[in-house]
Amino acid sequence: MIDKRAHFQGGVGGYPLLLPQVAVTLNFFIYPAGMAVRQAFYTQDAWGVNAPTFVGLTHYAALLNDPGYLYRFLRTLSFSASVALVSISLALLSSAVADYLFKQSRAYHTFLIVPYAVAPALAGVLWLFLFNPTLGIVAGRLQAFGIDWNPKVHGGQAMTLIIIAAAWNYLSYNFLFFFAAMQSIPHSLIEAAAIDGAGPVRRFRDLILPLLSPTTFFLVVTNVIYAFFETFSLIDAVTQGGPGESTTTLVYKVFQDSYVGHRYGASAAQSVVLIVIVSLLTFAQFRFVERKVSYA
Amino acid sequence: MVENRPLTRLFAHLIMIAGVLLVMFPVYVMLVTASHELAQIAQAPLPLLPGKAFFTNLHSVLTGAVDKTPLWRLLVNSLIMALGIAVLKIAVSLPAAYAVVYYRFPLRDGFFWLIFITLMLPVEVRIVPTFSVVATLHLVNSYTGLILPLIASATATFLFRQTFLSIPEEMFEAARIDGAGPLRFFRDILLPLSRTNIAAVFVILYTYGWNQYLWPMMVATDPALRTIVMSIKTLIGVADQVPRWNTIMIVSLIAMLPPVVVVLLMQKSFVRGLTEREK
Repeated sequence: MIDKRAHFQGGVGGYPLLLPQVAVTLNFFIYPAGMAVRQAFYTQDAWGVNAPTFVGLTHYAALLNDPGYLYRFLRTLSFSASVALVSISLALLSSAVADYLFKQSRAYHTFLIVPYAVAPALAGVLWLFLFNPTLGIVAGRLQAFGIDWNPKVHGGQAMTLIIIAAAWNYLSYNFLFFFAAMQSIPHSLIEAAAIDGAGPVRRFRDLILPLLSPTTFFLVVTNVIYAFFETFSLIDAVTQGGPGESTTTLVYKVFQDSYVGHRYGASAAQSVVLIVIVSLLTFAQFRFVERKVSYA
Repeated sequence: MVENRPLTRLFAHLIMIAGVLLVMFPVYVMLVTASHELAQIAQAPLPLLPGKAFFTNLHSVLTGAVDKTPLWRLLVNSLIMALGIAVLKIAVSLPAAYAVVYYRFPLRDGFFWLIFITLMLPVEVRIVPTFSVVATLHLVNSYTGLILPLIASATATFLFRQTFLSIPEEMFEAARIDGAGPLRFFRDILLPLSRTNIAAVFVILYTYGWNQYLWPMMVATDPALRTIVMSIKTLIGVADQVPRWNTIMIVSLIAMLPPVVVVLLMQKSFVRGLTEREK
């Protein structure tokens, strides 16, 4: 851990300062997470009448043996990868052009920031309307091309719809980080390349892009975490995981199993798997940020 | 500007304009749809130009209700939740970050990791056990129940920690020599120096709180506590009847406006603070 040399003597004063945060974290975070771990070893009937029975690793074994879980896992992975790919590449393109235009690009920023503030559920509703099979403007175009467009029936189309909405929703975030990273590249470097005869495209490909790789790594992890978890509301508002199971991600299934299906043990086991995944991702990112940042 | 290439610049502007149009297209269609009467949008093709019914629609929505909860009530609830989360989380995070950076005490590293393990684990993952905790504390259907569990994450603490770490050591030494105690140093030096970051964290948390969906859906079963964002599902979910898209779009507009306005008004400090961790 990075530390300051200068600090207050007699450190016990730190405890009261830390207390509120620690209390909230223990009560609403560590304890519930621990309960999820414990719950995953038990089976409880839907109405909570009988005491939970200890079943050991049954729920985890059931996950391993359930081909549906594997499909959901792969579906969530490909969904996250698609969201990250679409959103990051569009953000990279627009921020590169904005960086090239520099001060003349300020007016565009205001518009590109808007999706950041839009709730995922609302982003879903906006795109759902554009792709509505009877009314939607985009859907109408697709049908004119002879595509049988109806995301309520075709799973792949429903998936496409939520990928687009999620990528749009996260575009601002990616744009802002790329733009900030490009702005921090020393101007003299760009000028030197230009003097050597490298045009804008060449400079981007051979100079700017390699320098952006830390930011890109950071954003890939952040996008994947967003797509894994925060798209819950988007999916719930737009497809409810359907048609069939075609847009049911891992998080959505956790919610369905507990909130709708009352299979708390099975749901808790899935939560634990997700906690492990997101902890690994966070840890990787944290290590990475700590290594890269230099403090005064 | 590195070199003068008028054609390239023109091309770059065209790309940016295309990008802006693409990003704003759903928002534009939302506004257009919100400005028509239901009869006009019930048939394809949808009008692409604004109609005249915007204010009539707006009035009927603002004075109306979504599933028995008046719209003003949904907005007030959203505002209380957003402000509550933003203010409380900042109030809890600033001292915690201060302690971690400027104090040395036994188990400090342990506490540090205890807090930071929550960095990115979203509420969606621990939803069921967290709900049990809230139910045990009799906080279901209360603002406290809506707010408290969502401040249990370290995003703000992490950002403040980084802000404090980047403040020069000499500041601390100088303050010490001048006889400033911990409280004085915090109030007169750290807070003013962190203003931009506090503003940025406020915008991030306010937006985060306003846009919550699943948690209010679980905790606010009482219609009087529903928030505007969660109510959108009630509107589009009407079974067996054609959704009133003009109403849905007005409600969506009202629901997204408060965070959009705050983000745009505080754009400069928000952007600087948000991307700070990259530097």
